[in-house]
Amino acid sequence: MNKDIDIIKFQNLNKWYGDFHVLKDINLNVKEGERVVICGPSGSGKSTTIRCVNHLEPFQEGQLFVNGLELTEDIKRIKEIRSYTGMVFQHFNLFPHLSILENLTLAPIWVSGTPKNQAIETAMHYLERVKIADQADKYPNQLSGGQQQRVAIARCLCNSPKIMLFDEPTSALDPEMIGEVLDVMVELVEDGITMICVTHEMGFAKQVADRVIFMDAGQIVEENEPKAFFENPESERLKLFLNQICHH
Amino acid sequence: MIYNTIQAKEAPSNTKGAIHWLKENLFSSILNSILTIMAFYLLYMIIPPLINWMIIDATWSGSKEEITKDGARWIFIKEKFHHFVYGFYPEEFYYRPNLALVLTFLYIYIFRKTNNKNIRYFIFFSYPIIIYTLVAGGFGLEHIETHKWGGLLLTIVVATVGIIVSFPIGIILALGRASNMPIIRTLSTIYIEFFRGVPLITILFMSSVVLPLFFPSELEFDKLLRAIIGITLFQAAYIAEVVRGGLQAIPKGQYEAADSLNLPYWKSMGFVILPQALKISIPNIVGSFISLFKDTTLLLIIGLFDLLAMVGLTSTDSNWLGFETEGYVFVALVYWAFCFSMSRYAKTLEVKFNTDNK
Ligand SMILES: Nc1ncnc2c1ncn2[C@@H]1O[C@H](COP(=O)(O)OP(=O)(O)O)[C@@H](O)[C@H]1O
Ligand SMILES: [Mg+2]
Repeated sequence: MNKDIDIIKFQNLNKWYGDFHVLKDINLNVKEGERVVICGPSGSGKSTTIRCVNHLEPFQEGQLFVNGLELTEDIKRIKEIRSYTGMVFQHFNLFPHLSILENLTLAPIWVSGTPKNQAIETAMHYLERVKIADQADKYPNQLSGGQQQRVAIARCLCNSPKIMLFDEPTSALDPEMIGEVLDVMVELVEDGITMICVTHEMGFAKQVADRVIFMDAGQIVEENEPKAFFENPESERLKLFLNQICHH
Repeated sequence: MIYNTIQAKEAPSNTKGAIHWLKENLFSSILNSILTIMAFYLLYMIIPPLINWMIIDATWSGSKEEITKDGARWIFIKEKFHHFVYGFYPEEFYYRPNLALVLTFLYIYIFRKTNNKNIRYFIFFSYPIIIYTLVAGGFGLEHIETHKWGGLLLTIVVATVGIIVSFPIGIILALGRASNMPIIRTLSTIYIEFFRGVPLITILFMSSVVLPLFFPSELEFDKLLRAIIGITLFQAAYIAEVVRGGLQAIPKGQYEAADSLNLPYWKSMGFVILPQALKISIPNIVGSFISLFKDTTLLLIIGLFDLLAMVGLTSTDSNWLGFETEGYVFVALVYWAFCFSMSRYAKTLEVKFNTDNK
């Protein structure tokens, strides 16, 4: 791992939905192994920003480099970049017709061509890590939200990603389950995987983030290391935002 | 003794009796009571005479001349049974379709029991050839021309081939219509809308009249084959629409998860999207197959004698004039039995594939 390499580089990235200018001149560099938290009001473009990284959303202007490769419309390029990235969604998006184990082994077997028994071994290893190995043969709908999200994280890890993108991984969960998911994420940090995490869990941000980014109305308004970010916010918009979420 | 044993009380009865149930369900309001009474009156008017006619007063055996009762004369069915089942298929070869049926069940049984891929492939690819040879002839078996096939045999052949072949075509068309490649999408849409916009009779006429124009005249193109092609193409369009409905019901998140895991298009469809979409569509798919099964009766129009057509034909036998009623009732029962089994089977499939509360 090289802490000096920018594994993700946004350069003047702009995106529109029709007439709606959703991302405005996004410039953001993330170093290898860095943990970045993005927060901001709803609708400010946080999801859209991280979904550009694995091309779930195309953009119209600017450049985006992932692991040294420019993200273009070329299918091969997109596939290569997706092979470095894993994404965890707000609503888990597990495949409901497949067992937990099948959810985890699907991509390793059919995308990377891993032999089945080896894929199962890897899957069980990651299920152990997210403390859910005993549920391997169940189906997603039999698990609690927190368990499903841990499965979703393990599903990404099975493809050994260099970058993990989290889109509000705990906001669809009942409060008592948020902790178990955050714990798993904190442990991931030790693996040195690059993480971009959209979340409003400020405790998590303070504990693990190298940098916190505040977005509003499609722009990056402020970024700083966590201590300064929370203690000395500069812009009025961030002050207002921090006030709002702290009073919750 | 310190403790007094307490006599177990009887559990509170929730069988406040049939009367309570009746009050709740059948006589809850004046309107409901009126409807209930009218329904019972209707049943009273219909059921007893029907049972009389079909069973009590029916003639089950003996010859036509000895009929004394005025109920159904099922001896007609007995007499013409082989025509209803085989049409004009030569009697000495009845064993061949029979064997085909037995083989079908045997194959299905082995296919489900075995875990050996090679056996499955073998069954999958050899089945159509063996069945075709058995029924139509070839490899030393005498050829039975398709215009001799008829009755239930014909109905089953057309429906089975139609169902099996139209299913994959329909799925491909549905994927085509949902594709983001404009040419594929447009072609699929045109196909689907064309076949859905035209009655099956027209398709059958066209396949028996128009299709031969595209082929050299010396190549004699079997009438039954043409009909099957027509029905299959028609059915595929309906399956496509049913499957498309299923595809639309799959949440966007499933596609995104498959994409972010880098699954290529066909694998993401095959492993993630289609299994879910087809599961949702089972009732509609089976519904569509049931209407195909019933639609095979239209084959009469182009001169093929399916089960229904055989009734018309056999009741013109001068020895058996006036026996249509028995024939049509019998055929209706056969169709009902087939369609009802299909919809029951669909129910068991739905339960089997249900992973929601396994
Ligand atoms: N497919 C879409 N079409 C049009 N507008 C969209 C679409 N997806 C998101 N938006 C809009 O883009 C803005 C940013 O969305 P998003 O990135 O999801 O915000 P956030 O994740 O910060 O809440 C929102 O105003 C949203 O309404
Ligand atoms: Mg969002």
